[in-house]
Amino acid sequence: MSSSRRVIDLEHLQPMALGCSVLGAGGGGDTYATMLACRHAIERFGPVALADLDDLPDEALVMPCGYIGAPVVSLEKVGSGEEGAWLRDGLERLRGAPVAALLASEIGGGNGMQPISWAARIGLPVADADGMGRAFPEVPQMTMEIAGIDPNPSVLTDERGNHLTINAVDGAWMERIARALSVQFGGSAASTEYTMTAAQARTSTVRGSVTLAIRIGRALQEADDPLAALQREIGARVLIRGKITDVERRVTGGFVRGRAEVEGLGGDRGRSVALEIQNENLVALEGTRLLATVPDIITVLDSETGEAIHTELLRYGQRVAVIAFPCDPVWRTPGGLALAGPRAFGYDVDYVPVEELAA
Amino acid sequence: MTGTIDLRLGIDVGGTNTDAVVLDRAGALVAKAKRATTADVTGGITAAIDAVVADPAVEPGRITHVMLGTTHATNALLERRRLERVAAVRIGAPSTTAIPPLYDWPPDLREAVSAGAVIVRGGFEFHGAEIVPLDGDELRRFLHGVADTANAVALTSVFASVSDEHELAAAEIVHQELGPDVPVSLSREIGSIGLLERENATVMNAALRTVATEVAEALTRALEAHDLRPVVLFAQNDGTLMALEYAVRHPVLTIGSGPANSIRGAAYLTGATDTLVADVGGTSTDIGVLVNGFPRESSAAVEIGGVRTNFRMPDLVAIALGGGTIVEDGDGTARVGPSSVGYSLPERALVFGGDTATLTDAAVAGGRLELGDAGAVGQRRGLLEEALRRSDEMLAEAIDRVKTARGDSPLVVVGGGSPLVPDRLPGVSETVRPPHHDVANAIGAAIASVSGQIDRIYEHGPGGRTEMLDAARQAAHDEAVRAGADPAAVEIVALEELPLAYLTTPTVRIRAKAAGPLA
Repeated sequence: MSSSRRVIDLEHLQPMALGCSVLGAGGGGDTYATMLACRHAIERFGPVALADLDDLPDEALVMPCGYIGAPVVSLEKVGSGEEGAWLRDGLERLRGAPVAALLASEIGGGNGMQPISWAARIGLPVADADGMGRAFPEVPQMTMEIAGIDPNPSVLTDERGNHLTINAVDGAWMERIARALSVQFGGSAASTEYTMTAAQARTSTVRGSVTLAIRIGRALQEADDPLAALQREIGARVLIRGKITDVERRVTGGFVRGRAEVEGLGGDRGRSVALEIQNENLVALEGTRLLATVPDIITVLDSETGEAIHTELLRYGQRVAVIAFPCDPVWRTPGGLALAGPRAFGYDVDYVPVEELAA
Repeated sequence: MTGTIDLRLGIDVGGTNTDAVVLDRAGALVAKAKRATTADVTGGITAAIDAVVADPAVEPGRITHVMLGTTHATNALLERRRLERVAAVRIGAPSTTAIPPLYDWPPDLREAVSAGAVIVRGGFEFHGAEIVPLDGDELRRFLHGVADTANAVALTSVFASVSDEHELAAAEIVHQELGPDVPVSLSREIGSIGLLERENATVMNAALRTVATEVAEALTRALEAHDLRPVVLFAQNDGTLMALEYAVRHPVLTIGSGPANSIRGAAYLTGATDTLVADVGGTSTDIGVLVNGFPRESSAAVEIGGVRTNFRMPDLVAIALGGGTIVEDGDGTARVGPSSVGYSLPERALVFGGDTATLTDAAVAGGRLELGDAGAVGQRRGLLEEALRRSDEMLAEAIDRVKTARGDSPLVVVGGGSPLVPDRLPGVSETVRPPHHDVANAIGAAIASVSGQIDRIYEHGPGGRTEMLDAARQAAHDEAVRAGADPAAVEIVALEELPLAYLTTPTVRIRAKAAGPLA
């Protein structure tokens, strides 16, 4: 009943930015510019309807979308605002049917908010769901891939209005081709892939992630104790409270890898937790004991503000709380773990759910 | 910028005091003076100059160089006063139109500064190709529309750090349309990567042109009153100097020079190149890090007057702890700050016969300082000792936050409140209190070198990494020489390579800084 009238308005943007950062596991890109783009679009075109997938007709087309490419490029090229319309137009020509709603490919970081600015401009709703429930580095690391949704056809566009259609043999090739083409566009591209019907989306996306992001942000804004609020909202477990005592980074194969160490303070004095990082926080270890591992979500929060700290901004001396919380259950299936389990990232450990590890 | 250096006059405007020092050729202190900072700033500067020049140890005729670190620009932005009306031109369409120029500014500041804004077609990709060619006609149409209201122009092109061709071409068009004298600020000369933040800083720079000119004129007048016509330089926020003519065109770079001056002055007074520095004032303490002779720069966005920028600010941890910090709650329990008695310390502190327990009283009670009537702290000894213990904890925590690595580091303590800092602190190998630490900021201005900095993206060419690094070093070198450094003595003082993720060819963001003594 009331769910069909829900909207994303100006007051939701700040909390959503906070929530998307928490869900980003330290990655997914900065939310500042994307939040401004959303604010501007909503001021000009009005609020965006938030669609429950259950309320869309079975055959309605849902368009997952976001940016792929180098985060540093988006610090300069903040987007034209038209990309979403061009993606929609390109996709509708290919599918011969109208797009009914946009959906974030990943809810983590700036990409989690991006569809809102586009949807406002073309008068479409945004679905209350996404393709990851967090942030991941590669195109096929989406729940739609696990569900067997065809990534084709993918449309890539840039701010000039160049359109490209990709038909790849699988998700891995899609990633490879899209990555190379985005460089021609200037290092980043707006893209859509894994288009599906609402009926398919109901069972192959992470549901409720937009409202979850907003709820997380509100909890952080309003709570006296942000950690307790996150425990309540998302079952976040605090792995350690302490300070960053070491950070190292190196770049291999286009990915920023690194390691950060957190030494306990207060009640955690004497403990020490290491984080393994590849764009996102992937594994948390205490000595040799596993505390949490990808695909569960590990996020480092500023212990004063409760705001998530991006992996690139981790620095010695920061007072932090490291939290971990369960990923969407689909990531815990054999198919999910093959795509985004610890071994998919090169760690020689078996996945154990964070609830069991922290028990 | 010629002439042999003899006596140097350094001036630093602080929140409470304006300090002036005269150093001789060897860098030894000849005279120092402290005067209250005035609301107009200029009055305090003039008074400090008058005082130090009148010192019998100073032969005014031998003053060859004057270095000024001032807060005029900051104050003008905070008070929204005497700001130019700026035409804000972004060169980036069809990219970047999702967020208009000045979008996230406080409305009153935007109202005061903006004469209109536009996004014209143009700009560059990170690899140096044009996004699209510059649309000069669109720029001309916009300029006609704002010709009557705008008295300065800010030009910001996407990836100006990769190519400034469109900014330079646009500047030519501005001069054709609005006349050769209209001041134009180019983003490439102002800030680093980050379009919105650099654009904000460039517009602020354009808005500050009159303020900068007025400061330069007022300083010149104050000096001429003593028959002085020295070379004049301005301190900037990275702890180095710019020539007067450069500063008048880049006033925004003077914002935040105070902390950088303190850190550099502390280094100079102790000879250290790598150390922690605490500047303890009346209401707050700034703790920064000196790395290879320069203040470490912050990587976080810095807000000035409510506007997000990417200024090269020193990375500081500031805590509400100073000589005037109030150390008790209403009910008489110990609590350190954040409020302070500020200016009224000489009336309100217990040791001066007042009724407010301050950190100065705590330092007297703890035997760190001999001042006023030590007997007056007797009754509150328990409270004061507790306050001092907490203040030491706050200092230790702040020091730990600012450090970049494990292990103990020396700490240089400067500023009027420096007796508050104990000799031993966790994480500190040794506490150094140099002579003349009370005017470390003015000394920092006087001894600073001249620098240039670049922040650009390079793709590995046929010459590989070596060629790329050489190009970056040369670019930083040239910037330093343009700012007034001696070309023969410029050195690269910082070089940072940041590989970019998610690209197919090796691409690196390089930040390089070169610095050298005055030419």
